[in-house]
Amino acid sequence: MSNTIVSLSPHAKGPLSTEKVMWGVVIALMPSFAFSAYFFGIRAIVVTLVATIACILTEFLIQKYLMKTTVTAFDGSAAITGILLAFNVPSSIPIWQMVLGSVFAIAIGKMVFGGLGRNPFNPALLGRAFMLASFPVDMTTWPIPVKTQWLWEMGKTVDGTTAATPLGFFKEGVKMNASMGDLVAQRPELYDYFNLFIGNVGGCIGEVSAFAILLGGIYLLYKKIITWHIPVFYLGGLALITGIFWWMEPAKYADPLFHLFAGGAMLGAWFMATDMVTSPMTVKGQILFAVCGGLLCGLIRLFGAFPEGCSYSILIMNAFVPLIDKYIKPTRFGKEVNYG
Amino acid sequence: MNNLQVFTRGLVKENPIFVLLLGMCPTLAVSSSAFNGLGMGLAATFVLVCSNVVIALLKNLIPDKVRIPAFIVVIASFVTIVDLSMQAFTPALSESLGVFIPLIVVNCIILARAEAFASKNGVLGSLLDGLGMGLGFAIALTILGGIREILGDGKFFGFPLFGENPTTILLFILPPGAFIALGLVIAFVNKFVKKTA
Amino acid sequence: MAKKLESNFVNMFVVLLVIGLVAALALGFTYSKTRPEIEAAAQKKQEKNITAVLEGITYDNKPLAEKYTVDGFDGLELYPARQGGELAGVAVKTVSPSGYSGNVWLMVGFKPDGTINRTSVVEHKETPGLGTKMDTPWKDQYNGKNPGTNNIKVRKDGGEIDAITAATISSRAFSDAVQKAYDAFKKGGEK
Repeated sequence: MSNTIVSLSPHAKGPLSTEKVMWGVVIALMPSFAFSAYFFGIRAIVVTLVATIACILTEFLIQKYLMKTTVTAFDGSAAITGILLAFNVPSSIPIWQMVLGSVFAIAIGKMVFGGLGRNPFNPALLGRAFMLASFPVDMTTWPIPVKTQWLWEMGKTVDGTTAATPLGFFKEGVKMNASMGDLVAQRPELYDYFNLFIGNVGGCIGEVSAFAILLGGIYLLYKKIITWHIPVFYLGGLALITGIFWWMEPAKYADPLFHLFAGGAMLGAWFMATDMVTSPMTVKGQILFAVCGGLLCGLIRLFGAFPEGCSYSILIMNAFVPLIDKYIKPTRFGKEVNYG
Repeated sequence: MNNLQVFTRGLVKENPIFVLLLGMCPTLAVSSSAFNGLGMGLAATFVLVCSNVVIALLKNLIPDKVRIPAFIVVIASFVTIVDLSMQAFTPALSESLGVFIPLIVVNCIILARAEAFASKNGVLGSLLDGLGMGLGFAIALTILGGIREILGDGKFFGFPLFGENPTTILLFILPPGAFIALGLVIAFVNKFVKKTA
Repeated sequence: MAKKLESNFVNMFVVLLVIGLVAALALGFTYSKTRPEIEAAAQKKQEKNITAVLEGITYDNKPLAEKYTVDGFDGLELYPARQGGELAGVAVKTVSPSGYSGNVWLMVGFKPDGTINRTSVVEHKETPGLGTKMDTPWKDQYNGKNPGTNNIKVRKDGGEIDAITAATISSRAFSDAVQKAYDAFKKGGEK
C-alpha cells in the first residue's frame, strides 16, 4: 500500500470527461460574455478572444516544444483560463498587457507545476494578480458601460469615458469621512440594485452582470459540473461579514446585498472558487474553503488596501486546499460507515 | 583540479546562485537593478577574496575548535571595512543596498567557501576560488538585476531603454518579481546551460 | 599539508585574542579614515537638497549652520536662509509617516510669506514605478502654492493637488509632509 501514489485532484468522479466539463463551463460563461459585449462593446469581445487564443497557444507551445509531451491545449481548460482572465480585467486594457497576462497565467500559473490538475492556484486568478501588480494604472481604469461600446481608444484623460466602480467609489468616499447616505445621494446609479444586478456599472469585463453569471451558474448546476456548496457558502460568508458591519454602522458600510452584486464576488463564487483542481475534494472541505473565502473577501473589501478582494480571497484559500484535504478526508472505499 | 578550473567553476558550473542556490536572501533583496546587483556582487567578491586569503594563511594557526568564530571575526572585519568605505565613497549605492552590505557577514557563500575550501587549500587556490565564486555571484546578481530592471523599470544600468515613463511590468521590480525572475533564470540554466558546461 | 594545531584552552584563547585585536585595529583604522568622508557625504547631500529647494532665492549665510527645530514636530529640521541678516527663505526637512511603505522624507523650501518655493525628495521606500513618480516634475505643482491660503491636499481629499495615478497614498503622504513643514515653519516663527 505504501507504494501507491494518489494523484492530485481532480480525480475521476463520474461520467464526465475533462473536455465535457470544460466546454460545459465555456457554455456557462456565454451569457456573461453576451452581456459584456453589450455593455463594453467591441473591445470586450476582442480582449476576450485575444486572451483565449493567447492561453491556448501558450499551452500548446509549452507542451509541444518545452515539455515534449501530449498536447492537451485544446481540451478547453486553457480556453476557460483565457476567458476568465479576460473577464477579470477592464475592457480598456492594452492588448499587449492582456497577452502577457495570459502567457503568465498559463506558463507560471499552470505549466510550471506540470499542467492541468497539478496547479495549486487558479491560473486565471494568478494571471489577474500578476496584471494588477504589474499594470496598476491600466487595471484600475474602468470604461463607462454602454457609452463606450464603439470606442477603441479610451483616452485616460478624456472625461466621460472612464467610470468609478461601485466598490471603489464608496470605499474611497467613506475613507474621506463621507457618510454612505451622502455618497448614495451623490451617485445613486452606483447603488442601484437593478444596475448592479444587470451589470450597468463600471467594472471588469465579465464581472459586472450578476444576472448573467447566475444564468451560467444555474446551467453548471443543471449539468452537474459543480455542486451548490461552494458558491452558496462563499456568498454566504461574504454576506455574513459585510452584514455584521453594516448592521453595526450603516453610515460607514454598504449593505450585504450591495456587496453580493457589486464587484467580482459573483463571478468568483460561481466560476473561480469552484475550479475542481484548486478546491477541496470533500463537501465538508468545500464548505470550509468557501466560507473562509467569503469572509476574507469581505474583510479585504472593508479594511484592505484594495476596494475588491475577491480574487485574493480565492487565491489565499487555494493555498489552504492541500491542508484542508489532508485533515478532511473522503470516506475510504470499503470502510465501514458508522450510521449510529 | 588545476588553478584555472578552481577559478572558472564558480562562474558557471558551480555558480553560487544559479546552481548552488546559496545566498538567496541578498540575491532576492538587492537584485532590483543591474547596478545594485553589480555593487553587491563586487562588495561580496572583495570580502570573499580577502577572507579566503587570510583564512588560507592562518589555517594552520587556528585551533580546530574555534575555527568558526575565528572565520566570522575575519569575515566581519572585511565586511565592516567594505561597508564603511562604501558609505564614504559611494553613498548613493550604499544607501540603496542598505542593510544588505552588513549582512554579507552571514552570507552563507562566504562562510561556506572559508570552511569548505580556504581552510583546506593553499593561498593561491583560495584566492582564485574566492575570485571565481565572487565573480559568479556578481555576474548572477547583475543578470538578475538587469532582467528585473529592464522588465520592471524599462532601464538598464539606469539608462532608459523605452523612452520617458514607459508602461513596464512593475511586478518584476517588486519582491514577488524577484522570486519569479530567479525561478525563470534557474529553469533556463537547468535546461540549456548546465548540460553543456 | 602542515599539521593542524591541537585545540587546547591556551592556544584557543590566544588565537582568538590575537585575531580579535588585529581585526579591531584594522577596523579602527578604517573608521578613522572613512569617518570624515562619510560625514562630508551626508553633509553634501543635505546641502544639495537645501540648495535645490532654495533655488531662485538669494542668500548670503550658511543655512546648514543655523539649523533649528520646533517643539512638537519630531524629526523636522529647519534651515533659515538670510540675505544681509533678513530672512530670505527657509528649507525644512520634513517627514510623513503615512507613505505606502514607511516614511517619506522631503526637503521643502518656503519663501518668508510661506509660499512654497521648491520641493525635493530626500528619502522614501515607495513602490518603484508608482510612488517613485513623486520625484519627477509631478512635484512642481506644489511650487508657488501657499499652504496658508491654498488647500494642498490631493483632489480626492478636496484639495488642489492632482495625485499620481494609482499612487494616491504616496501623493497624500507628500502633501502631508509639506503641510507639516509649513506648520512647523509658521509655529517656529521667522527666526
